[in-house]
Amino acid sequence: MAEALLRRLWPRLWPVAVVLGLVLLLWYAAAAWLNAAQVLERFDRDRVDWSTTDLLRSSWSLQRPLLPAPHQVGADLVQTILHEPLDSNQNLLYHTAVTATTTLTGFVLGTLLGVVLAVLIVHLRTLERGVLPWIIASQAVPILAIAPIVIVIFGNLGLSGWAPKAFISMYLCFFPVTVAMVQGLRSAGVFERELLHTYAATRPQAFWRLRLPASLPFLMPSLRVAVSAGLVGAIVAELPTGAQAGLGARLLAGSYYGNTAQIWSALLMAALLGLALTGVMALLEEFVLRPWRGVGK
Amino acid sequence: MPESRVEPTSATRPGASPAAAPALAVQVRRACVVFPSRDRPVPALKEVDLEIREGEFVSFIGPSGCGKTTLLRVIADLEQLSSGSVLVNGMDAHQARLAGAYGYVFQAPALYPWRTVLKNVTLPLEIRGMPAAQRREVAMRQLAHVGLAGFEGKYPWQLSGGMQQRVSIARALGFEPRILMMDEPFGALDEITRDRLNEQLLRLWASERRTVIFVTHSIPEAAFLSSRIVVMSARPGRVVEVIESQLPPDRTLDIRETPAFIEVAHRIRLALRQGESQDG
Repeated sequence: MAEALLRRLWPRLWPVAVVLGLVLLLWYAAAAWLNAAQVLERFDRDRVDWSTTDLLRSSWSLQRPLLPAPHQVGADLVQTILHEPLDSNQNLLYHTAVTATTTLTGFVLGTLLGVVLAVLIVHLRTLERGVLPWIIASQAVPILAIAPIVIVIFGNLGLSGWAPKAFISMYLCFFPVTVAMVQGLRSAGVFERELLHTYAATRPQAFWRLRLPASLPFLMPSLRVAVSAGLVGAIVAELPTGAQAGLGARLLAGSYYGNTAQIWSALLMAALLGLALTGVMALLEEFVLRPWRGVGK
Repeated sequence: MPESRVEPTSATRPGASPAAAPALAVQVRRACVVFPSRDRPVPALKEVDLEIREGEFVSFIGPSGCGKTTLLRVIADLEQLSSGSVLVNGMDAHQARLAGAYGYVFQAPALYPWRTVLKNVTLPLEIRGMPAAQRREVAMRQLAHVGLAGFEGKYPWQLSGGMQQRVSIARALGFEPRILMMDEPFGALDEITRDRLNEQLLRLWASERRTVIFVTHSIPEAAFLSSRIVVMSARPGRVVEVIESQLPPDRTLDIRETPAFIEVAHRIRLALRQGESQDG
C-alpha cells in the first residue's frame, strides 16, 4: 500500500527532490567557499600541510562558520528541538510556538479590523474618501520604523509581552483584508441585487444574505496573504522587545553571539511556520469555497 | 379561424370592456421615462397607456431600445417614471412591490452560487419571515412544479442553464404572487431548451391562471405564449399595436404549424414593420 502511494506521488515528488538536492549541493559549495578564508588562516597559523579534502572537511565543521553547512544546521535543529525540555527557552519549538501565537493573535485581530473597515467603507461614502487614503498611507510607512515606537508606547501604558507584538502583526494583516473585502462586498451583480429589491429586503438582510457571502471568494485568498504578512510582523516585533522569546529573538540572539547555525535553524523554522499557516488557510479556503467550485472553472 | 381584434392603445376607451371583466392587474397611464444623459436626455418610454387584466398572459415585443424592458421595470418599481402613473393590483408600483405583488424573473437566473437549489428558492420566503419548516415545504412544491424534484440539494453550477432558469421561476413563484414578470427569461438558452420551457411555462399558466407579463424579442415565442401581445417600437419607446390572440389554452408546440398561429405571428410581424417605418 505504501508502495502504491509512493508510485502515485512519485511524479510530483521527484522534481521537488531534484531541486532539494541541487540546493543542498549549492549550499555545501557556498559554505566551503565562504568559510575557506577562515580555515586557511588557521592552517597558516598552525603551519599544517593541507589537502583539498582537509580544506572542505574543516570548512564544513567550523565552530563559528560564516555559513554553516546543512548538516550543522540539522544538528542544531535536532539539539534544540529534541534535547531540550519543551518549556525551556533553549527549545526552538518553544520559540516557534511563541511566534505562532503572536501571529495568530495579530491575524485574528487584523482580519476583524480589515473586515470592519471594509464594511464601513462600503456603507459610508464619506468614510471611503476620508479613510482610504490614510489606510493606503499606513502601509507605506516601514514596519521597522513603527515597531520600536509601538513597543515604547505600549510599554508606557503598562502593556508588554504579547500585546505590542500582536498589534504590530495586526498592522501588517489588516490591509490586504480591507482591500479584498471592499472589492468583495461590491462584487454582487445587478440582477442579484435587484432580486432582493423586488423582495423589498432591508439593508441588513441584503448585507447578510448577499453582500457578505458574495465577498467570500475575495476574502479567503486575502487571508492567506494576511497570515504570512502577520508572521513577518510578529518576527519584526520580536526583534526590539529585548529578545526574550520567539523566532525573531532567536535570530537576534544568534547574531549577537555569532551562532550562525542558530540563525539558520530559526530561519528554517520561520519558513516552515509560514508554510504551515498558509497551508491551513488554503485548506480553509478550499472548504469555505466548496459551493463555488465549478463556477468560472 | 379565431376571432381577434386589434385595439388602439394611444387613447383609453371608457366603457369598451364588458361589465363582468376581470379586475385589472396593471394599469399604466401616460407613462413617460426619460433617462438623463450627458448631451441630451434620452426618452425611453413615451406616453404609454396599457391595461392588463388578471389572468392574462401579456407579452411585450419589439426591437432593442423600444423600452419593453423599461416598461416592465417601471411596473416592477425597479425604474422610476418621469411622468404618468402605474397601478399594480390597485396600488402604486412602490406599494405593490413592498406588498409582494409580483415575482420577477431576470434575463439571467441570478441564483446565489453559495446556496443550494432549495436555499435559493427559500430566499424570498426567508426575507418575508416564513417559518423554516413551511419554507421548505413551499419550496419543494414549487421545485416539483417546474420539474426539478430531486435537485434541491444541488448547487447552481451543477445545473444546466435551462434548469437554472427553472429554479429562478420556482423562486419567483414561491410566495404565490398574483403577477409573474419575466424579462427575456429564455433569451440566453438554445432553441430546443427554450421550446420545452415555453411549453412548461404555458402549462403552468394554464393551470394556475396567474397574470404573466413577458418581455421577448422572439415573434414565435410571443405568438405561442401570449393571450395578448403588445408590439412596441423604438426612438422613442412607444406602443404601436396590441394584438389579441385566441389560441386554445391547452395548445402544444404543434400549434405553430396551424394557420391560426401563423396568422398571429404574421400580424406581430406587420405591426413591428409598421413601427419601424414610423421610426424617426
